[in-house]
Order: sequence, then structure tokens, then C-alpha cells
Amino acid sequence: MEPAISVRDLTKVYGRGAEAFRALDGVTLEVFPGEVTLLMGPSGSGKTTLISIMGCILRATSGQVYVGGREVSSLREGDLPRVRLEHIGFIFQGFNLFPTLNAAENVALALDLKGIRGTKALRRASELLDMVGIADKAGSFPADLCGGQKQRVAIARALAGDPEIILADEPTAALDSLSGRTVLDLLRSLAHERGRAVVVVTHDNRALSYADRIVHLEDGRITDALMEEKVA
Amino acid sequence: MASLALRNLFHDRTRLAVTLTGVVFSIVLIVIQLGLYLGFKKQILTLIDISGSDLWVTAAGIPSVDLAVPIKERKRFQILAVDGVAQAQNYIVAFSTLKLPDGRKESIEVVGLDPDVPLGTPRDLVAGRLSDLKSPDTIIIDEFYKSKLGVRQLGDVVEINDRRAKVVGFTRGLRSFTTAPHAFTWIKNAYDYSPVKEDESVFVLVNARAGVDPAALKARIQARVSDVDVFLTEEFARKTETYWLFDTGAGISVLIAAALGFVVGLVVVAQTVYASTMDHVREYGTLKAMGASNAYIIRVIVKQAVASGALGYFLAMAAVLPVVRASQDSSALIVAPPEVLGGMFVISILMCVAASLVSVRKVMTIDPAMVFKG
Repeated sequence: MEPAISVRDLTKVYGRGAEAFRALDGVTLEVFPGEVTLLMGPSGSGKTTLISIMGCILRATSGQVYVGGREVSSLREGDLPRVRLEHIGFIFQGFNLFPTLNAAENVALALDLKGIRGTKALRRASELLDMVGIADKAGSFPADLCGGQKQRVAIARALAGDPEIILADEPTAALDSLSGRTVLDLLRSLAHERGRAVVVVTHDNRALSYADRIVHLEDGRITDALMEEKVA
Repeated sequence: MASLALRNLFHDRTRLAVTLTGVVFSIVLIVIQLGLYLGFKKQILTLIDISGSDLWVTAAGIPSVDLAVPIKERKRFQILAVDGVAQAQNYIVAFSTLKLPDGRKESIEVVGLDPDVPLGTPRDLVAGRLSDLKSPDTIIIDEFYKSKLGVRQLGDVVEINDRRAKVVGFTRGLRSFTTAPHAFTWIKNAYDYSPVKEDESVFVLVNARAGVDPAALKARIQARVSDVDVFLTEEFARKTETYWLFDTGAGISVLIAAALGFVVGLVVVAQTVYASTMDHVREYGTLKAMGASNAYIIRVIVKQAVASGALGYFLAMAAVLPVVRASQDSSALIVAPPEVLGGMFVISILMCVAASLVSVRKVMTIDPAMVFKG
């Protein structure tokens, strides 16, 4: 099976000279459709840098990034938004919803980026909110939603562009255990039932049982012993 | 997306109020200052606009219609002898003093004309007849100056240059730029009412014969008649206008105030739009991470600016139009024709869009990776 996203010999160095900090050091990783991949590791291990580069919002110092089989690390800066728009959906720790838009409009905004507007966009947004189990909250504003509901809106939004890759940064960090499990259930079903490649950066051990693969990072490297551990 | 732009705009009511205050203040200031400028211009050109002549012949070197010096009356005959002249009419414009019935004195500008010749005669009389001016000791004034000159109705009598002057007509809208109202009178009376002597005139108004090019006629008169300047009416209007508006600084000062209004609006709106952008910077970062191009985000900001400009414009119009209407009966005439009011809509939109450019520059540099930081 062709990986949805792969990185090869990825290096990221911040700063120069004596101040230089190597955040990633020769990372090679493949993420496949239908799998939930957890990126775990201590703070400063390079997880966020890796997911940022995989998501085409940060450039690597060296190495290659392939999205849907296409080499994207050599693309011009102006071409990367389209790669993100067409292939990648993001879920953030802090939800990053637009406070002035209601749940349906937050989802519809992602559709607007793809040129889908008006009633068609709102109908699709309702379907997505229904899929994540909060259709009844379509008219609610983020301030009126609890953390779990906000994250489900964010998941619906990430799915709006129908991307094959979902990158989630600490999606359960701000949630109670019940909401956290609901979100992880949703992410797993996206991978297993809808064939998405789901990458989750997390410190949350509750996520372990939802993973198909766990990738441990430490000091910018995938640690050999735990690399691509197959979860039972 | 219009919805995001407008929702963000209306979300913070306080900031929106500050933005709209800036736009309204700016537009009101610009309209009033431009209106004053146009009002000045209209009043400066009152006599030239009603002249109905092709050419103005004046003493050499005068700066404006109000500050002319006499020329010899015989110049008119020399002008009449020039080939191509259809009409040449003496026309007196001279400052004098009017004594009110209560003894107070007011400066006036005596305008001496021939009621039978349609050159420099007042039109749009709201009371009386032009032909009544052919009676001795009669004047026509603008109704706007009734109270200033102590006149209540037709037939009232005042004194000009120690001679009796009976009011036989009222005009409307013929206001003077100087503080001295025009007193239209028969040229024969004007010699008594002003310092101009009977063998003098101040101007000679000239009409060209049908088919004669006024510019060519101007050159011929200039060549034939000594010690005078000859202007096409349009040239004399520009000369008078330039003198009062720019040489004296009166026009410059109102134009500077109008420009200042634009700058104030620009700064206030730029500040509030920028503050709003900074408040929403994380949202713009999220949009970028989601795949929005810079152009998409710039459209959101510009839509906010356009909405602010449009809303501010209509509020400003609600504030300024009553002021413009009220000015028609005040000494500070504000002229705001539809093209100026329409142009102000464009200016208010441009001002707000220009003000948003600082914010646009900011969003261009937002790093979408910020969304992964806490």
C-alpha cells in the first residue's frame, strides 16, 4: 500500500552557529491510510516540528516529504497552501475555532476555502456535524460548547475538505476523560472506517489503546527500540 | 468569506464604534471643508457667473473681480470699434458704504449695470423687477442680506454714499465672498453710490458677434486698446478664484483641513483595524494552516475595511446633510453637490482600504506554524 504521507531522512535545525538547535535528526517515517499513528515523546523531542513539516506548514532543513506520493518539500512557499487544502485536515489542542462563527459556519468556512459556499456548504456542514454526533449544536457558538463538543466541531471542520490525512496535535489535552475517549473513538473510526491516515501527537496514555502504530521520538530521532511498534 | 469578515467586524462593538467614529469624523470634516471651499468658490464667482459675457476688459494688473480699479469710460468706444464686437457694456463693481435706518453702517459692493442689456444683470429675482432699477436711487439686494442691511421689504429706503437708495427687488443665491453684500443698481446711480467717476467704468463686458472666436477677439482688443487686460470670462473666473483661494490662503486652509480630515480618519481606522487583526491573528494563522492563501485572508480584512467605510459613510451623511442644509441660511455657505457626496463614498472606502494595508502586511507574515504553539 502506498503511504499517504512519508518523510525521508528529515532534518530540521533552528538557528545558526553556536545557537543552532537540531529539532529533527534524520527522521524517516511512513503513514498509511486506514491507520492511527501516535507520535509520542517528551517535550522538545521534535513531535510538533515533525507534524508541522508533515503538514507542509514548516519547511525541513533537509530531507524529503511526500504527500499522496508527490514530493512537496521542493515546492514553492505559495504552492503549499493548496497541498494542505487538498490533502490535509488539522485538529488542534486549543480547537482553534472561530469564535464569531457558529459550529456549522466554522465547518462551512473550511468548505469556503475549497470554493463550496452557500446552502450547499451549510448542508454539508450539517452532515459532518451529524457524523461527529453534534448535529443539534450546529447553531451554537464555540463559547457555548464544552471542550469535547468544540473538538468534535474541529474534527468536522478538518474533514470538510475530504482530506486523506488528518494531523491532530494533542487533541485530548484539554478534554476530560469521557470527551477525550469520544474524540479518540472518532479519530479511530476515521482511520478504520473511512480509510484516513490519522497522525496524533499526544502525551495522553489513554490514546495508546486507539493506536495502530506508536512512534516514539526523542532528541529529534525516532528511537529504534520502539520504532513502528505494532500495537496489539 | 463575507460572513467571517462581518462577524469579526460586528463582534467587538466598542472597537466598531471607535472605527465608525473615526470614519464619520473624517468624512464629516472632509465634506464640510470641501463644501466650504466650493461655497467660497461659488460666492467668489457670483458676478462672473451672471455676467453672460464672452470677455472682460479690466484695468491692467488687477487681481480679481472685487479688487479692480477704474478705467476710462471711453475705452468702451475703442472696444466697440474692434471688428467682431457685438456688445460692449460698462460695468461697475466698487466698494461703498450703506447707512442703515438705525444709523449703523455696512460695507457694500455697488454693482452698476444697464438693466436693458443682458450683461452682468442679476437673474432669479424673487421680488421686484429688473426694469425697476431704471428709476433713480434704486437698488436690488439679495434676500440673504436683508437683516444685515436693515431691510425688511420692497420699498424700504437706506442710504448709500449719503444718497437715498430704495430697495426695488430681491435676488436669491447671489451671495458675496467678501463681507460686503452686492447692491445692484443702474449704472447712472452707481456713479453716485461709489467713488467711480462719471467718465470711468470698472469693467467693460464684451460679447463677440455670432461666429467670431472670442479668443481671437480678445487678442484683437488687447492689441487695439491700451492699458487694459482682456480676459475670456473663464480665464477671469480662474484668475479671481486663484487670487482668493490660493494667493490669500483662504482656499488652501480649507483644503488642508479637508486633507487633515482624511489623515485623521486614516490613522484612526488603521489603528482599529490593526488592533482587530492582532486580536484575530491566531484565527488567521489557523486559516493559513487550513490552506487559505494570503489573498483569501487579505480579502477578509479588506471586506471589513469596505464595510466600515460604507457604514461610516452613511452615518456621516446622516450627520452632515442637516449641517449642509442649515448652512444655506448662514454666513458660512457649504456647497455639497451630488458628485461630491458620491465621491465621498469612494473616498471613505479608499481611506478604509488604505488603512487596512498595515494589517494586510501583518497577515502576510503570519506563520501558520503558530497554530501548534499552545
